[in-house]
Amino acid sequence: MLPALITSVGAITGISAFLAVLMVIADATIANYGEVKITINDEKEFVVKGGKPLLGTLMEQEIFIPSACGGRGSCGLCKVKVEKGAGQYLPTELPWISEEEKAENVRLSCQLKVKEDLSIRIPDELFNVKEFQATVAKIRDLTHDIKEVTFDLNEPSEISIRAGQFVQLRVPEYELTDEPVYRAYSAASVPSDKRHVELEIRYVPNGICTTFVHKYLKEGDPVVFNGPYGEFFLRDTEREIICIAGGSGMAPIKSILLDMAEKGSNRRTRYFFGARSKRDLFLLDEMKELEERMPNFRFIPALSAPEPEDDWDGEIGLITDVVAKHMESGDNTEAYLCGSPGMIDACVKVLTDKGVPEELIYYDKFG
Amino acid sequence: MNGSLYPVAILFAAIFTNNILLTNYLGMCSFLSVSRELKTSVGLGVAVTFVMATTSVLNWLVYNKILVPLELEYLRFIVFIIVIAAFVQIVEMVIERVSETLYAALGIFLPLITVNCAILGVSLFMVIREYSFIESFTFGLGSGIGWFLAILAMAGIRQKLKKARLPKGLEGAGITLVITGMMAMAFMGFSGMINIG
Ligand SMILES: Cc1cc2nc3c(=O)[nH]c(=O)nc-3n(C[C@H](O)[C@H](O)[C@H](O)COP(=O)(O)OP(=O)(O)OC[C@H]3O[C@@H](n4cnc5c(N)ncnc54)[C@H](O)[C@@H]3O)c2cc1C
Ligand code: FES
Repeated sequence: MLPALITSVGAITGISAFLAVLMVIADATIANYGEVKITINDEKEFVVKGGKPLLGTLMEQEIFIPSACGGRGSCGLCKVKVEKGAGQYLPTELPWISEEEKAENVRLSCQLKVKEDLSIRIPDELFNVKEFQATVAKIRDLTHDIKEVTFDLNEPSEISIRAGQFVQLRVPEYELTDEPVYRAYSAASVPSDKRHVELEIRYVPNGICTTFVHKYLKEGDPVVFNGPYGEFFLRDTEREIICIAGGSGMAPIKSILLDMAEKGSNRRTRYFFGARSKRDLFLLDEMKELEERMPNFRFIPALSAPEPEDDWDGEIGLITDVVAKHMESGDNTEAYLCGSPGMIDACVKVLTDKGVPEELIYYDKFG
Repeated sequence: MNGSLYPVAILFAAIFTNNILLTNYLGMCSFLSVSRELKTSVGLGVAVTFVMATTSVLNWLVYNKILVPLELEYLRFIVFIIVIAAFVQIVEMVIERVSETLYAALGIFLPLITVNCAILGVSLFMVIREYSFIESFTFGLGSGIGWFLAILAMAGIRQKLKKARLPKGLEGAGITLVITGMMAMAFMGFSGMINIG
């Protein structure tokens, strides 16, 4: 029995070892592309080891391209313009690339392998995207299902974020997930406070990230996130501003408002916040304070289903109806919307009906 | 049968009468998922043929020169799998290095093939049927060509099916399985000609 066992283990080990050596040799010879140069936006240059996908290679240089599927080619987010050195499209890229993008040499960076000198183009903001190590400084209940979580940044110790942008929080392995996952959360803090990031996270039953944050995360815990990302930020114009949010959609709008107050903006601004009943309202004091700091700003909360004991004398009804009631015309107006996809779609319709051009309606769908 | 003719008979049988896909229903998952387009089917077909022909030979050597002398035949499952996986990896690296066009056409299918049960099936049949070296090669090659033929035919049929009005529930994998069954029955017509087991 024992000798037989030893020969079988020996044989398997021998064969595997031989093949492993073969693979190592192949990796070092056939798959060795040596050092290649990556030029980004004609200004930055990196010399990297070739042979790996572009997404990971850039990440090693601390340039983070948004990606939701972790490089499996199934989310289509990791697009990058590659001007030189990319070669042909792979069949795995094609489902994600439109004809116009093809004409502009847009590629999926997780599928494209770095084999020769590359020249690529990425939005300048992405240079800013980094991975941050932080500590949970404070957790506070805003409502029965929304928590405000504040991070102290450790490494790097400062973040440059535009009001309205979001970060991707990393959830480690725990009960509900056996691999780390990332979820997007808008920053609620004022951008000038570069050492902190504040998130407002609404509990989703059985949601991987929100369960982790609501049930497990404690003050003092370490967290990892990357960012900032997103095109949802205040445009520098003279137009009137309409903000609409529901639930945790408060976060980026609050950041935008704090930023405006700090910069002394006096653009006419109205912020419609939709909730079911009084227990879903929060940050009312902060909003009152903002109204005092900015004479042209008004906060208009609306309850769709107030409870009798709420004793509510404010707006009642669906947020779409309340917006329609308060808005005269959409001329010279731009809008910032944040919340569930359903709410956003309904509000976009009201706004365009009022004459706000669609390209001046900015939103982040928390889908 | 005449000994020197036998490899030719095996080749023929593996393509038609004992088509690995249509008589053994092996290699089904990639067959179902890749047969949507003619172009990708050709890519995968060529890759499968190449890998089947070469791994049957490699596994024949490993089996008869290592496992049999050591009386470790029962290890063949795991050993064959390791050999196939390593071989496919190396082939992928080589293709990626030498030809971009070939890589775009074949490269991405190779990882699919590692887990294609038809490849392992060929190596195991070769052992059960006690094929010689040359017979194993023709069997591998023939099985590959047979698989290629089947996926090519299916891709052709599915190209036509795009214009057909199918009941909702049958679209995609459903109708493909039904047609595979019909093709298998059609291929049974060949089965009286030669039989290799
Ligand atoms: C740009 C952006 C900014 C955002 N900002 C914020 C923010 O500031 N605050 C905030 O609270 N949220 C925000 N979100 C939403 C956030 O990213 C998450 O989607 C949300 O918090 C849910 O994450 P989760 O991991 O808890 O849930 P997930 O695990 O992703 O689950 C989401 C939903 O799917 C259901 N589900 C999960 N798995 C299954 C399954 N196998 N079968 C059936 N159902 C399933 C869950 O029950 C849940 O209802 C933002 C989203 C985007 C895109
Ligand atoms: S990272 Fe998801 S497709 Fe590339």
